[in-house]
Amino acid sequence: MTPAPGARARPSPLARAGHYAAEYLPPAALLVALVAGWELWVRAFDTKPYVLPAPSRVWDAFLETRGVLPGHIRTTMAESLLGLFFAALIGVGLAVVIALVPFVRRVLYPLLIVSQTIPMIVLAPLLIVWFGFGMTPKVIVVALVGFFPIVVSTVDGLTNADRELVGLVRSMGARRLAVLRYVMLPSALPGFFAGLKIAAAYAVLGAVIGEYMGGSSGLGLFITRAQTSFRVDRVFVAVVVVALASMALFAAVHIAARLATPWIYVSKSEEGTK
Amino acid sequence: MERNREPGRSVAAALVAARASQTHAPRQPLASTRDHNARTPNNPTQQPTANSRHMTSAIELRHISHAFGGGAVSVLEDVTVTAEPGQFVSLVGPSGCGKSTLLRVLAGLLVPSAGDALVDGQDVRGRPGAVAYMPQKDLLFPWRRALANATVGAEIAGQSKHDARERARALFPRFGLAGFERAWPVQLSGGMRQRLALLRTFLVPRDVLLLDEPFGALDAINRREMHRWLQEVWAADQRTVLFVTHDVEEALVLSDAVYVMTARPGRIQARVDVPFPRPRVPSLVTDPAFVALKAQLLTELDRGMPPA
Repeated sequence: MTPAPGARARPSPLARAGHYAAEYLPPAALLVALVAGWELWVRAFDTKPYVLPAPSRVWDAFLETRGVLPGHIRTTMAESLLGLFFAALIGVGLAVVIALVPFVRRVLYPLLIVSQTIPMIVLAPLLIVWFGFGMTPKVIVVALVGFFPIVVSTVDGLTNADRELVGLVRSMGARRLAVLRYVMLPSALPGFFAGLKIAAAYAVLGAVIGEYMGGSSGLGLFITRAQTSFRVDRVFVAVVVVALASMALFAAVHIAARLATPWIYVSKSEEGTK
Repeated sequence: MERNREPGRSVAAALVAARASQTHAPRQPLASTRDHNARTPNNPTQQPTANSRHMTSAIELRHISHAFGGGAVSVLEDVTVTAEPGQFVSLVGPSGCGKSTLLRVLAGLLVPSAGDALVDGQDVRGRPGAVAYMPQKDLLFPWRRALANATVGAEIAGQSKHDARERARALFPRFGLAGFERAWPVQLSGGMRQRLALLRTFLVPRDVLLLDEPFGALDAINRREMHRWLQEVWAADQRTVLFVTHDVEEALVLSDAVYVMTARPGRIQARVDVPFPRPRVPSLVTDPAFVALKAQLLTELDRGMPPA
């Protein structure tokens, strides 16, 4: 038997290091260049720190706030994770009902789209009026932002399940629920994770917006305090932390997707090997 | 490939074990399944229809007609096909003659425009679940490893997952899949996927198997090997098989009876009994009687083709 055309020997460690360098070096170099340019700009034109702080000043601000930041990060991450959890729960639940009952789909879909046109800046203060200054309104904001991409992509996955595969399990005696379990839900898993990734990317931002409108802890509150005392350098610290937190959450979902849908990541070049 | 000295034995034992745990009542021994009067019905709750009071065929398609597109395209016209319990019956016909449509009717996935479809005397029109059906495409579940793919039917039928997997594992070597139990479907070759789909169909606990061109994707050498062991595997528990193919020789080697269908709209051109004793040896295909029967089938096929 001849080897499959895509089959190759495992690359050497050196070759792999080279591969990673080629992949990650250009974006890293660009980032360094941008930060360096920013620093130079601020020094050259003597820009006031309350207009635009230099990266070095932002770093100093980070060192100053090192003690209080973890508590705020914990609050914001807890809200983000809880919000994502409810977004996934509600998203999948709605997706299943929408995919199985055409009537619900017709009734609910326009409403779902309307729910996404409400600006969170408008809704968040109202939620605080309704639910107080605790975590609840923030979790709701995150869930509201996150459930929509999850519903849309999960419904797609459920309704695009291979019709012939559905026919096959029906021929084996599967009723509606068994068809859902054996074909539709597994088919929807990749779509669900695609939606969850989008939701994860916006979750931290949602929580921060919620906190921005009022709260006792969290990165949003940290930003509000920094702004009212004209500490723009601290605002930048928070911005960087939010970006890193969002990336971490996104990466976590990506890893979860790999673990939950391993067949997607099987290389076809392994065909015919044991 | 290393061969067992008694190749039929291990497979037979495994399949008999598989069948022993079926939800259905065990089948009658071969001798009595061939004798309609002596046969006890499998299912005590069946309601015999007026036309079948004297016997219950395993498969009975009566005057089936079907048209797609609101009657615009007629694919089947007055098709009547019968298979007795334990019989291996083939449908041979040109592409697009409605062979696969007939199987979908029996699988309960398609309600024909007219006619009756019975499995063990029960109306199966629009009622899936009565047969083990293998569609033309292998239709493996991408998210299940090979072993878990093999046991889907058994799991849906409510059998213990663990027992089903053990039985499937025992059959993997015989289906040429040894060592691939944990492979994902995308990692299997076309022939392996087909064999896995066939194994899955065999593990569906039903008395009637519908096989839609199961060896269509295999090369000629693999095909002959598959013919040999399909006969062994089938002989182990003698389930009723309705086998669709466009290969006349394949139909003759495997079957007790062959139906020849015409080009679309599909009608039954002829029914031919295949008298050769079993087990059938590979050299049978050069036997003058076999060749003569093959010639007869080919003639019938030609007569069913539209005039050029």
